[in-house]
Amino acid sequence: MSTDAVGRAYPRLEGREKVTGTARYAVEYPVDGVTYGWAVPSAVVRGRITRVDTAEALASPGVLAVVHHGNAPRLAPGLEADLWLLQEPTVHYRGELVAVVVATSLEAAREGARLVRIDYDAGPHSTVLTEDHPSLYKPDHVNPSYPTDTEEGDFDAGYAAAPVRVDATYRTPAYHNNPMEPHATTARWHDGRLLVHDSNQGASSVRAALAELFELPRESVRVVTDHVGGGFGSKGYAKAAVVLAALAARHVDRPVKLALTRQQLFGPVGYRTPTIQRVRLAADTDGRLTAICHDAMSQSSTILEFAEQTAVYTRSMYAAPHRRTTHRLVRLDVPTPFWMRAPGGCPGAYALESAMDELAVAVGMDPVELRIRNDTPVDPDQGRPFTSRNLAACLREGAQRFGWADRDPAPRARRDGRWLVGSGVAGSSHPARARPSSATATARPDGGFHVRINATDIGTGARTALWQVAADALGVPPERVEISIGDSDLPNAPVAGGSMGTASWSWAVIRACQALRGKLRDGVPTEAEVSAGADTSEEVGGQPDLPRYAYGAQFAEVRVDATTGEVRLNRMLGVFAAGRVVNPTTARSQLIGGMTMGLSMALHEEGLLDERYGDWVNHDLATYHITGCADVESIEAYWLDEHDGELNPAGVKGIGEIGIVGSAAAVANAVFHATGVRIRDLPIRLDKLIGVSDLA
Amino acid sequence: MRPFRYHRPTEVAEAVAVLGAEPQAAYLAGGTNLVDLMKLGVQRPDVLVDVTRLPLDTVEELPDGGLRIGATVRNSDLAAHPVVRRDYPVLARALLAAASGQLRNLATTGGNLLQRTRCVYFQDTGKACNKRDPGSGCAALHGQNRDLAVLDWSEQCVATHPSDLAVALAALDAVVEVHDTDGARDVPLAALHRSPGTHPERETTLAHGALITAVRLPALPAARRSAYLKVRDRASFAFAAGSVAAVLDLHGGVVRDVRLAYGAVAHRPWRAYRAEEELRGRPFSAELAAAAADAELTEARPLRHNGFKLPLTRSITVRVLTELASS
Repeated sequence: MSTDAVGRAYPRLEGREKVTGTARYAVEYPVDGVTYGWAVPSAVVRGRITRVDTAEALASPGVLAVVHHGNAPRLAPGLEADLWLLQEPTVHYRGELVAVVVATSLEAAREGARLVRIDYDAGPHSTVLTEDHPSLYKPDHVNPSYPTDTEEGDFDAGYAAAPVRVDATYRTPAYHNNPMEPHATTARWHDGRLLVHDSNQGASSVRAALAELFELPRESVRVVTDHVGGGFGSKGYAKAAVVLAALAARHVDRPVKLALTRQQLFGPVGYRTPTIQRVRLAADTDGRLTAICHDAMSQSSTILEFAEQTAVYTRSMYAAPHRRTTHRLVRLDVPTPFWMRAPGGCPGAYALESAMDELAVAVGMDPVELRIRNDTPVDPDQGRPFTSRNLAACLREGAQRFGWADRDPAPRARRDGRWLVGSGVAGSSHPARARPSSATATARPDGGFHVRINATDIGTGARTALWQVAADALGVPPERVEISIGDSDLPNAPVAGGSMGTASWSWAVIRACQALRGKLRDGVPTEAEVSAGADTSEEVGGQPDLPRYAYGAQFAEVRVDATTGEVRLNRMLGVFAAGRVVNPTTARSQLIGGMTMGLSMALHEEGLLDERYGDWVNHDLATYHITGCADVESIEAYWLDEHDGELNPAGVKGIGEIGIVGSAAAVANAVFHATGVRIRDLPIRLDKLIGVSDLA
Repeated sequence: MRPFRYHRPTEVAEAVAVLGAEPQAAYLAGGTNLVDLMKLGVQRPDVLVDVTRLPLDTVEELPDGGLRIGATVRNSDLAAHPVVRRDYPVLARALLAAASGQLRNLATTGGNLLQRTRCVYFQDTGKACNKRDPGSGCAALHGQNRDLAVLDWSEQCVATHPSDLAVALAALDAVVEVHDTDGARDVPLAALHRSPGTHPERETTLAHGALITAVRLPALPAARRSAYLKVRDRASFAFAAGSVAAVLDLHGGVVRDVRLAYGAVAHRPWRAYRAEEELRGRPFSAELAAAAADAELTEARPLRHNGFKLPLTRSITVRVLTELASS
């Protein structure tokens, strides 16, 4: 029996609490005897702390302690080195958090942080990725475990022999995740147990990290993550705030609240690496690709190797007999880059989908048609058929909805007063994966049900979606279902990331609910509660290794001021094939949010690094521009009715990332169509297009 | 915490007396800039004198046709004032092009004129800045300087003044009414802000303790045909990449009078006197407007990342004047 809760546009369960300000975030819980931590960033890029003078800070009213490598509680080594905080005097990058001041008020902690005197022995540094950097190397694999390079056929020969060729290099700057809520934690110790309220994307993995760092059994650590004000990947694992708060709380033996500042979000929590990407495409005269090569360069820190999987997107997107992808990395004196919404796919698709647009121009073919012509039912990388691939359907439906058929392919051919107007398209794809999860379902004598799973709602609507899934799996109206998420005391569940959350969690929820129904035989318990649990490790692990992807097509229309070069978006439209959509309201938010973030990447965002200081100087929201509402004049997202039986019990593919993939290319391609000028380094700001009427 | 004392006087004389006696005191109005800078450690006053209870929050029409704007009139209220909208559209448009609705509801007329530069090096106590820390050097000169000055900068400072309002007021020949311990006096807006020179930490000609009490706009019938054009990196809530305030008085196609001021190019709102000279008395054309802008910018010295400001300023000059000419 299904009640069809899935597919309905329920408002978020916690919507009222959020809009009335009563939903509690990590540092908003009232705690007796709480103190406040303020993190101190390093003032040098690379070197060694030779002395920490805490006298003045400690003399400042309200300051309780200055925790640094010389006095901090010891952490177990061996876990991710980025988390081994306050353990050694080494400084790896400017802004690395090297001390925490704890005080009785936030203001006192901030003032204390200003008064800590740290002397450094600083060395020379290298902080800028260049294509001829002497330290470029080939990593063993790229994030998370893809092969670094791939080769099929003979790219060089195929490329040389082709009648049509495109060879272009694209550059993207550092992008910073900038969730609205910073990384923030309230940490308390009691009887050797650690309780944290923390802003993250997966409390189970944060608990595991804390247990390992503090050498505690996992049962002695509890991580509560009820509401999260965004993460975009940067909260996908334990980060500095939670470790520093726990260290500080242990040191002062009092609860500590610690939130990073906006400035501290530019670095210590990860960011999207700058990339330099060379794409070469070859085709025959009717647009059929014969050779594809994507060479990507990115950076990591000296602490850890994080190799963005930039060119992996290209391995499975379009078919050609000769294909090559490579990744090269430089370890710089910078913070470690990390996940940011669609790592790899987002920057990679910008390059490939831009190059496809350049190829369309070179062949003299419509860019929608070019993509459809190079569509493939078989994954070029794995050699197996895709479980479902509706790229062409997305392109066709998008073209129809957008009004693409009327488009004059000639660039720089439309004018609206002072504006040059143009439109662009891009394809997009994102892997549809799932990870093992566990959940429990309980039937109560009052006819209600309670489903428990340590899923995380980072603002996406995950809590509501799982509640809908549970109701259908139980065969009851959702009003009878209560759902608990966001607490590591609940059954273990994977991170909200990789567009895998709903797929993974709903799998366990459905299995738990099915198990419960099996126990109940469709009855209702008369006296005691009846519970059933599920762990999908075996089932997920036993899934055949098939190419599973979500697809999309983004369309953008821009206008560019012919003299000043200002770029504005007239409209943007995306059509997606992402399996089953659980909740149209929250799904639409995810999709247009991703598209907006892609627009932001194309036109606005850029981490500006000053090589002399080795850090990003525009580290606030006044100078690091993120697309605002006024920049989004019209945006629409649609999805196809897609049923793919090879995915997971809920039939979902994940929608958190597909929206951003391709969006920047669609906007950049529209700028080319408007102006006839191809800007290959993002963001496309007016200084790159000023006097565009004289540029082409 | 770093304690500071807080006063909220109700009389101008009291405010001036309190502040004048405290070398490290600052006036607090809307707080939209000062509070941020205090959090960043860029400004560290011992005493805050809150001026929002002073009787300075009215807009008054003057007998000569001018307008007197109290220093604590909020930006939102000023932008919505019917006389401002009718007689000085350049002012209303400049106000509405600035910041966000929430900030405009707090920010005041006087405070807006005194806001500090948004140069990222000034705002970061970990970086060299002569304006924040005299003698420490100017990191912006050879740093990320896309947003900074092209005119009138010095080796010591390349900051720009961030205000939109001030640019419109410069074009309107506004007069700033100031109170200090010696009493009241008038300061022409053009004489309020300083060039950076060797003392970029001195941003205005006001002595310590001086309080802006009002801004007076002279009667200027020509200002009914006026406009403010701001170009920025996103559609809203961004400081100007370039801006121009213009008043144009055409008679039979000939420029009888013109007022032109630029934002985002210098340490102060930049009244474009040379451009005005080029325009005045000549038959208006887009070519003339371009030549006038070029004349103004002949002494411009772009930095590594901001050369675009020259063609940008030129093109917005042409656009705003052409639009005014045809309106």
